[in-house]
Amino acid sequence: MSRTLTYREALREGLDEELARDPNVVLMGEEVAQYNGAYKVTEGLWKKWGDKRVVDTPISEAGFIGMGIGASMLGVRPVMELMFWSFHSVAFDQLVSNAACVRYMSGGLCNCPIVVRGPANGGTGVGATHSHVPEGLFAAFPGLKVCVPATPADAKGLIKAAIRDNDPVYFMENTLLYGNIGEVPDPADGDFVIPLGVADLKREGTDISIIAHGRSVIQSLAAAEILQAEHGINAEVLDLRSIRPIDVDAILKTVMKTNRVLLVDESKPFGGVSAMVAMLIQEHAFDYLDGPIKRVCSIDAPAIYSPHIEHEQLPNPRRIVEKVLTMA
Amino acid sequence: MTSVSPAPLDFASSPINQSLTPERKIELFTQMVRIRRFEQAGLKYYQGGKIGGFLHLYIGQEAVAVGTISLAGKDDHFITAYRDHGHALAVGMGMNECMAEMFGKQTGCSKGKGGSMHFFAPDKNFWGGHGIVAGQTPLGLGLAYGVKYLGREGCCLCYLGDGAVNQGAFHESLNLAALFDIPVVYVIENNGYSMGTSQERSSSYGGCLAQRAEAYGMAWDVIDGSDLYEVRAKTHIAMERARKEHKPTLLEIDTYRYYGHSIADANHKKYRTPEEIEDYKQNHDPISVFRRKLIAEGILTEESATAINKAAADEAAASVKFADESPAPTIADISTDVYWETDHDTPASKIGRHFFD
Repeated sequence: MSRTLTYREALREGLDEELARDPNVVLMGEEVAQYNGAYKVTEGLWKKWGDKRVVDTPISEAGFIGMGIGASMLGVRPVMELMFWSFHSVAFDQLVSNAACVRYMSGGLCNCPIVVRGPANGGTGVGATHSHVPEGLFAAFPGLKVCVPATPADAKGLIKAAIRDNDPVYFMENTLLYGNIGEVPDPADGDFVIPLGVADLKREGTDISIIAHGRSVIQSLAAAEILQAEHGINAEVLDLRSIRPIDVDAILKTVMKTNRVLLVDESKPFGGVSAMVAMLIQEHAFDYLDGPIKRVCSIDAPAIYSPHIEHEQLPNPRRIVEKVLTMA
Repeated sequence: MTSVSPAPLDFASSPINQSLTPERKIELFTQMVRIRRFEQAGLKYYQGGKIGGFLHLYIGQEAVAVGTISLAGKDDHFITAYRDHGHALAVGMGMNECMAEMFGKQTGCSKGKGGSMHFFAPDKNFWGGHGIVAGQTPLGLGLAYGVKYLGREGCCLCYLGDGAVNQGAFHESLNLAALFDIPVVYVIENNGYSMGTSQERSSSYGGCLAQRAEAYGMAWDVIDGSDLYEVRAKTHIAMERARKEHKPTLLEIDTYRYYGHSIADANHKKYRTPEEIEDYKQNHDPISVFRRKLIAEGILTEESATAINKAAADEAAASVKFADESPAPTIADISTDVYWETDHDTPASKIGRHFFD
């Protein structure tokens, strides 16, 4: 039986279930406990689980992220919230040189079963410092895993898989999705876990494959409806969900089916997730393409503040529809 | 609040040192000698081109690692920076695996993937070996957090150099340690130089570096690193404070390195005078100091000290032979030890692509 939850509630339910399952799971971060979470993802969890399991940290990302990494080497399983993934830069040495590399540098003697989670998106009028979208950046470091859920069900299923994973998983949410509602399986029907590395076909189509992740999936689905209704184009929408590991088979399957590909990615165009996906497609499905792979990314500048124009910098249904029409 | 101890005190008579048997004292002396002989062998083969990268020697600082680690209980943990050979041998790692690591061989402690700066032995509670200045300080905090979280009575000794004290991550760690009552003991191994820059030219401070702990409401102490007995006596107090009260301490152990920041540091004789180096060797060398004490105590003789020295040199030479004859990693080895899940061939590791061409 399904019920509907918001993305925020689904995440919280996943966190709550993992706190119950494993006594070594600890939530930590700025305002996650007594304040109930800056975005209310962890609301009620401190009251339920207490000071040991849900820990407020000072504004000290390098310190507490590194602390979580160190504790994880000893068997604790910290789930650390970055209030914004944009704050990764002040903890970058810990996130990269320590979490990503310590297993390798120790010849496999250590591992870091941590989750670092929080919102990573633009579009909320907070300017360039708070609008970074670093999934491609972190996926570029071997040793790290990255996933980006677009729906409430995916948010719950993936956060549970991320917590159970024995490697560092960087989990990127979206403040503009926290209030979205969707069906999520009832816990009474069993443990709902979505493995990392499995893409999800969010809309079946025949004419073009739109491949996206995170909020860009939602924008692509809206664009697909417009394309269908106004232009008679039946677009397929594939949600990557997991960036590393990535579901190459699902990518190739949709490309071979429709023979046209548009990648939608809130990253900036240089590098980024879509650049990697384009590489994989041209390498493994070149002969199936009827035309060049195209992309809709964020317009290549630091994130603009102005609420009048901010949404135009990001992938949106209008930009996606217009790009598809150039590919017909 | 602890303050600078008035000197001179007879630390040999402190209870923690009184409890040392003659055999244990010889063992600690031997450990220091082994570290020195190991590193001298390493230096020789570094200069001979067998060891790549950097080589940060610990020579002159041996009493710090040996003295502090000699206090370890089963739930005490250790983590340090890149000058890690002394700590590695002191926790009980073998010369072979350490030398082979520096030689970049499969038989190295990190399979040749870490090098001189990245020795690890989690089975001996030794968590590295970290290359970025002060990058290990939040990790040491986390290990201690883990000890407390898991309900064990222990602590983490987290070592750093005097050049690390101005890094933000270290200050963040001090704040968190005091704020959360974390059983961590930070040990500044103050050898006076952050690479080529003296303490006076790199740090602003009052009486000493450790005094910065006062800003965080944390206990601190200063230790003469040439005296193994003093290292043990004062570090024991800090470790007990951590284990029993979950209170952190910042220790500053004054020591000296004979060589440069690394062997690539060609200027190390320019920023220090020959007289300064010679004075330390003559009057403060931790091995010579301890040797004299043990001879005075009637525990050691010149002959037995020479034999220990010879055995350590032979052991180091044998480790060089072992390292030299060991196989190098293969191209296939490059791609292992990246993810726990793929190394263990778990169901999760078979879903999606983890590696790319």
